[in-house]
Amino acid sequence: MNLTLKIWRQKDASAKGQMVDYKVNDISEHMSFLEMMDVLNEQLVNAGEEPVAFDHDCREGICGMCSLYINGEAHGPDRGITTCQLHMRMFKDGDTITIEPWRAAAFPVIKDLVVDRMAFERIQQAGGYISVNTSGNTQDANSLPISKHAADEAMDAATCIGCGACVATCKNSSAMLFVGAKVSQYALLPQGQVEAADRVKNMVAQMDLEGFGNCTNTGACEVECPKGISLDNIARMNRELMKAAIK
Amino acid sequence: MALDSRVPKGPIKDKWTDYKNKINLVNPANKRHIDVIVVGTGLAGGSAAATLAELGYNVKAFAYQDSPRRAHSIAAQGGINAAKNYQGDGDSTYRLFYDTVKGGDYRSREANVYRLAEVSANIIDQCVAQGVPFARDYGGLLDNRSFGGVLVSRTFYAKGQTGQQLLLGAYSAMNRQIARGKIEMFNRHEMLDVVKVDGKARGIIARNLITGEIERHSAHAVVVATGGYGNVYFLSTNAMGSNVTAAWKIHKKGAYFANPCYTQIHPTCIPRSGDYQSKLTLMSESLRNDGRIWVPKNLEDVKAIREGSKKPTDLSEDERDYYLERRYPAFGNLVPRDVASRAAKERCDAGYGVNATGEAVYLDFAAAIERYGKEQAKIHNISNASDAKIYELGQAIVEAKYGNLFQMYEKIVDQDPYKTPMMIYPAVHYTMGGVWVDYNLMTTVPGLYCIGEANFSDHGANRLGASALMQGLADGYFVLPYTIGDYLADDIRTGKIPTDSKEFDEVEKEVKDRIDFFVNNKGKKSVDYFHKKLGKVMWDKCGMSRNEKGLKEAMVEIKAIREEFWKDVSVPGGANEMNPELEKAGRVADFLELGELFAKDALTREESCGGHFREESAEEDGPQKGEAKRNDKDFAFVSAWEYKGEPADAVLHKEELEFKDIELKQRSYK
Ligand SMILES: Cc1cc2nc3c(=O)[nH]c(=O)nc-3n(C[C@H](O)[C@H](O)[C@H](O)COP(=O)(O)OP(=O)(O)OC[C@H]3O[C@@H](n4cnc5c(N)ncnc54)[C@H](O)[C@@H]3O)c2cc1C
Ligand code: SF4
Ligand code: FES
Repeated sequence: MNLTLKIWRQKDASAKGQMVDYKVNDISEHMSFLEMMDVLNEQLVNAGEEPVAFDHDCREGICGMCSLYINGEAHGPDRGITTCQLHMRMFKDGDTITIEPWRAAAFPVIKDLVVDRMAFERIQQAGGYISVNTSGNTQDANSLPISKHAADEAMDAATCIGCGACVATCKNSSAMLFVGAKVSQYALLPQGQVEAADRVKNMVAQMDLEGFGNCTNTGACEVECPKGISLDNIARMNRELMKAAIK
Repeated sequence: MALDSRVPKGPIKDKWTDYKNKINLVNPANKRHIDVIVVGTGLAGGSAAATLAELGYNVKAFAYQDSPRRAHSIAAQGGINAAKNYQGDGDSTYRLFYDTVKGGDYRSREANVYRLAEVSANIIDQCVAQGVPFARDYGGLLDNRSFGGVLVSRTFYAKGQTGQQLLLGAYSAMNRQIARGKIEMFNRHEMLDVVKVDGKARGIIARNLITGEIERHSAHAVVVATGGYGNVYFLSTNAMGSNVTAAWKIHKKGAYFANPCYTQIHPTCIPRSGDYQSKLTLMSESLRNDGRIWVPKNLEDVKAIREGSKKPTDLSEDERDYYLERRYPAFGNLVPRDVASRAAKERCDAGYGVNATGEAVYLDFAAAIERYGKEQAKIHNISNASDAKIYELGQAIVEAKYGNLFQMYEKIVDQDPYKTPMMIYPAVHYTMGGVWVDYNLMTTVPGLYCIGEANFSDHGANRLGASALMQGLADGYFVLPYTIGDYLADDIRTGKIPTDSKEFDEVEKEVKDRIDFFVNNKGKKSVDYFHKKLGKVMWDKCGMSRNEKGLKEAMVEIKAIREEFWKDVSVPGGANEMNPELEKAGRVADFLELGELFAKDALTREESCGGHFREESAEEDGPQKGEAKRNDKDFAFVSAWEYKGEPADAVLHKEELEFKDIELKQRSYK
């Protein structure tokens, strides 16, 4: 198929960006979206032009590196997947595709489609851990039975890949789904109880400091989240925050 | 220089404990004055950085991604081994040790493997304490699954995302230390060379990938944990950025490179679909617990399937060849990876491949779905369950176990693997070879360490499933933090290492010159053009089976591609900005050197062992006909290569392998 691409180009963080049109031809429906971007970049390199910078690494939906806003949707038109898992069979010959970076005040553009997600790092550093030493002198793993339901639910929350699609999708640029997922993982496990109150307070405080917006329960984040992280996690985080406030 | 593996004396069971008791330690107050650089934050580097910081050293950690959490360890699916014997099925430290040495086709160092098995149980305890949500049974205890090449169930897992959960565990431990200021994290930074002062590793030159700035970083010791070099084949299951650069650069500065030709070609990956393919996707080995591998028995059926006039589900049991079950009745679908991959290639070479390219076999879950369905019907007391009901019940179980993998498959191939068998084919997955290290995990350069997939240490010529995660975390949490202290104990009075020395000047100049060359070359061909060309030579001539003629040709061809690269590569954009093409150019330049050494190593090893199959060395008759034939008399050694300019001129040093605790046997899975 032949396509027209409208892509955000921006030289660096301080430059002003703009949308630029490109054409790519003979795209196979079996290609992944990023392979289509490779075709474009090869075309640009061969013409001596600068290729489009975009983040990607694993190309199998797990590292959380890829981050494109395609036709107005984070990770594009398919559900339950990341940009790198999107395939060209979702598009048809003659389509025009708009490709932009994540847009949020807390995620400034570095170049073209690449954004800076350090704010997520700082939130994790504020409390996204259990304070146990890595010495190996811990108790036997099976001396602490954990109900299968709790373990499975913690696992579901823990599958967040930190991509930032939730923030990019939210009209308030809220990071509640991302933070809620981490808080929930530990809140559901007995190991996480000791520091539960401090954790949620510190992570939420850092989140506010980074300039993410508030949650107004629109639920767009849940829809676009490639890992199906549920809104329940936000509710759980709010409960944890209440508990912490009473303590 | 003679190779000294520094394996401690004494019975294998006591070596590590006795050694730890005698090793030099650095007291906590002195650790504050010692800096350690850790390059790479995957399972190996992440766990090492966190532990070293926790012990009190000042750690500087580097990763080329924008967060430690994105290292390629995140992609590991199936699980992690540990000799816990929670299933009571006869597992033990010795058995894990034995399985790993045998699985590696008797080409690994016994003492290292024993230590790995010994600390494995601790890893699980540690991860659970960190909040890693491993799968559990209804009693709340940890669940296990089986992996290839073993007869016990010792693999711990977190759905199909075990690597992700373990890495997030190490990442959380790092975050705690970053918050305390004990780790300084350099994301989006690439190490481009190591700096030696008085023969010791004392720092690195790194490029800030956002600004393009070239930076100097000094330390008392440098740890390289940069993962494997499977991308030398262009297509592999590695991440797009996975590279050999750090490992290759330290090789050029004196670290020997061991067994480069030992590569793991994983049997169950999604087949390639076209020339535009940028990477290959693994379908976890855990699927072989429940999936059965087959091709049609008759060529007419193969033809009909390729033409689309028949579907795989149309074929009766009689018309199918479950070739692994046929050839290896004892292990069946759970033979080790090298064996399973060669068997798939054998069938496809004989014309039985089931897709248009002729390079695919089936991995079928219908039998498992039915088996689980019947079991569930019993558990839930459903009598006379219809076939559809049984299928539904069974599908739910399979979904709970492998749901994310099935989804991944469906998104890529656009077929529903619950309804029709998956198509799979072998792909490059893991590199057993790597930087040579001694028992302390130190390279041949003092103060320079190498851990995780980047080193050569524990897997011999073939790695068993679920053992890489184990090794990465063992190295980082439990081995390196001890052994590095022995070296650093001499550095308590050294003080900060200055970066304004001539040694730093020189290496920085080399790095800058190379970057300037790339951005000014204005050639005509893209970096990918050369990478793909290299990949094709590697796959055709250094792939699943190798022979003398092909390997000699590969050496010549790779050299020619390298020369063309340096003449004609085109790298748009500048040096002082974010420039992904420039990053790729540097990495491919190094792959083009490694590739030639790889072929040379494969040529020198005139035997078949593990993932290295030399056509000249196969069993000629008897029940093992066609299977790999090892030559213990002449080749029971580690090949450690010393850099001498051109890769073809590298000098071979042999570390003879002694087997005192395991008898050398032919590896049979029949
Ligand atoms: C798809 C897949 C599935 C797998 N499944 C399993 C499994 O189920 N069980 C199992 O045991 N093993 C599995 N493996 C193997 C295992 O995941 C890897 O061997 C292991 O995770 C490697 O860890 P590492 O820490 O050595 O390297 P990596 O995790 O690859 O980390 C490398 C680090 O080095 C950094 N880096 C690289 N180069 C540079 C540079 N020049 N400068 C700065 N930083 C650099 C990267 O940023 C990264 O942080 C799998 C592998 C793959 C590819
Ligand atoms: S919650 Fe979902 S969308 Fe948000 S960072 Fe995590 S995986 Fe991405
Ligand atoms: S590139 Fe890793 S999730 Fe898309």
